[in-house]
Amino acid sequence: MKEKTISAANRHKTILSVILAVVSIVYVLPVLAVVINSFKQNTFVKTDTFALPTGEMNAGFSNFVKGMTFGNYPFVNSVLYSVMITLLSTFLILLCTSMAAWYIARVDSLFCKAVYFLCVFSMVVPFQMVMFPLSKTADKLHLNTPWTIPVVYLGFGAGLAIFMFVGFVKAVPLEVEEAASIDGCGPVRIFFQVVVPMLKPTMISVGILEIMWVWNDYLLPVLVLDINKYRTIPIHIQYLKGSYGTVDLGATMALILMSIIPVIIFYLSCQKYIIKGVAAGAVKG
Amino acid sequence: MKSKKKNATNSLQKATRRWGFLFMGPVLIAFIIGFVWPFIQGIWLSMCQFRLISDAKFIGFGNYVKTFQDASFRHAFWYTAMFAVVSLVIINVLAFIVAYILTLGIKGSNLYRTVFFMPNLIGGIVLGYIWSMIFDGILGRYQTSILLESKYGFWGLIILMCWQQIGYMMIIYVAGLQNVPGDILEAARIDGATSMQTLFKVTIPNVMSSFTICMFLSLTNGFKLFDQNLALTGGQPFIIQPGGTTIKTTEMLALNIYNTFYSSNTTSQGVAQAKAVIFFILVAGLGLLQLSYTRKKEVQQ
Repeated sequence: MKEKTISAANRHKTILSVILAVVSIVYVLPVLAVVINSFKQNTFVKTDTFALPTGEMNAGFSNFVKGMTFGNYPFVNSVLYSVMITLLSTFLILLCTSMAAWYIARVDSLFCKAVYFLCVFSMVVPFQMVMFPLSKTADKLHLNTPWTIPVVYLGFGAGLAIFMFVGFVKAVPLEVEEAASIDGCGPVRIFFQVVVPMLKPTMISVGILEIMWVWNDYLLPVLVLDINKYRTIPIHIQYLKGSYGTVDLGATMALILMSIIPVIIFYLSCQKYIIKGVAAGAVKG
Repeated sequence: MKSKKKNATNSLQKATRRWGFLFMGPVLIAFIIGFVWPFIQGIWLSMCQFRLISDAKFIGFGNYVKTFQDASFRHAFWYTAMFAVVSLVIINVLAFIVAYILTLGIKGSNLYRTVFFMPNLIGGIVLGYIWSMIFDGILGRYQTSILLESKYGFWGLIILMCWQQIGYMMIIYVAGLQNVPGDILEAARIDGATSMQTLFKVTIPNVMSSFTICMFLSLTNGFKLFDQNLALTGGQPFIIQPGGTTIKTTEMLALNIYNTFYSSNTTSQGVAQAKAVIFFILVAGLGLLQLSYTRKKEVQQ
């Protein structure tokens, strides 16, 4: 009797495993479609979307070559701007918000409570609420270049990062910092030499959330940056579409492929941290 | 001993306060530029008529009246609400099923988890173009396109969002399911509960907090959706109403606000800002409402 239920359970598991395997294959098909269409002549992308690029449909690497200068803007530039803006913004957010969060968690004052409340409040405010005044303010303060836009990201993204850091710092016992203080360590040294090493796991979580946000963000940079000069990858891809019907789908898919390959490599190599970071960020409610 | 410890805490706090400008300064300046000031300005501008912020004229609640009279905004509201509810149900049901199967200990769980989560890392604009190619590849065989019928646009966006979000919600459900104490599952089994009874009477009540988080997230994600909407259909197909107003049938709230801001109409900026304020109240209110509602249902532990 017991053996029967065990073998039934095993059979169940095998069936479920097969179902999930099939679903997983369906799940990667869209990415596969991008791959095959990036090697296809433009005219066949619409008519034979799911056919392999064989015979006259095969475009070789011409879509990739064309893609480099497609849309009257060098693709390499948008990659460079995307990388630069993402790295600078993430670094700035991690540094500044962790400092502020430690201060808020450790200093007991009305001012800190008010700032913390504002941070939590900012998390429920959609970007559309502030986008118009924000883009004008950013213009006026000359924050409209890839080198200065990280300040805007710091400002709009501070809420979530501070919220996550404060939650973590509050769970860290004070004793270590007090011991360091008794040994004659000032607050700045305590923060950088004692607190920051303990914050490392949270730094990774917050950092990954910020990287994913800034890298994929479209609306904020398109409103703040001068898009004739500076385009990030999402802006570049959106602007390929210029006027309806004229877009070269083969070259678009080649660009999309080139822009998601680094993301997938990043994902596969830090998968553990990414999933952990996302789960940590989600539990903000 | 105790007072000595308190002294150390106090003196550390005092010393830290002296460095307040360094710890708080950079964030405060950026926070004011990037959030506080635009937010205040946004509320003020929603009651003004303006083209540029410098020539804003106070006109009271006229923009709000115009917003409620705007047929395209009302359409976008109902369209967004419907989209948010439908996507909430489908995404959460599927994500929970996948998470439940993955925690049964079948072979290859890690690989499946990796695959299901992957679309999350691809940005909304790129996702929109990938799926518009796929949908047009399919619909093209029937001589139609995702841009020609609003029902294709609606379900297309649902499919896209499922593809992107199921993996994300799944991660949260897996974390919740792994935290269900093994002994109560064991107790249910010994008491003779069937696996269905165990699932609905023991497991699900114990992962209610995960449901709270996921439903909150998918509802607000649905309401705030912009990039995917812009890239997949951009609001097409358009319908011109008898009165002359154009309704973009697949346009959601965020895109409607964006289009109102950056339209060629010189008086629409104030209306757009009023729409944005209503949008903010809606998103913030929904989140709070749902949180307080689902928190009540959670199992007290």
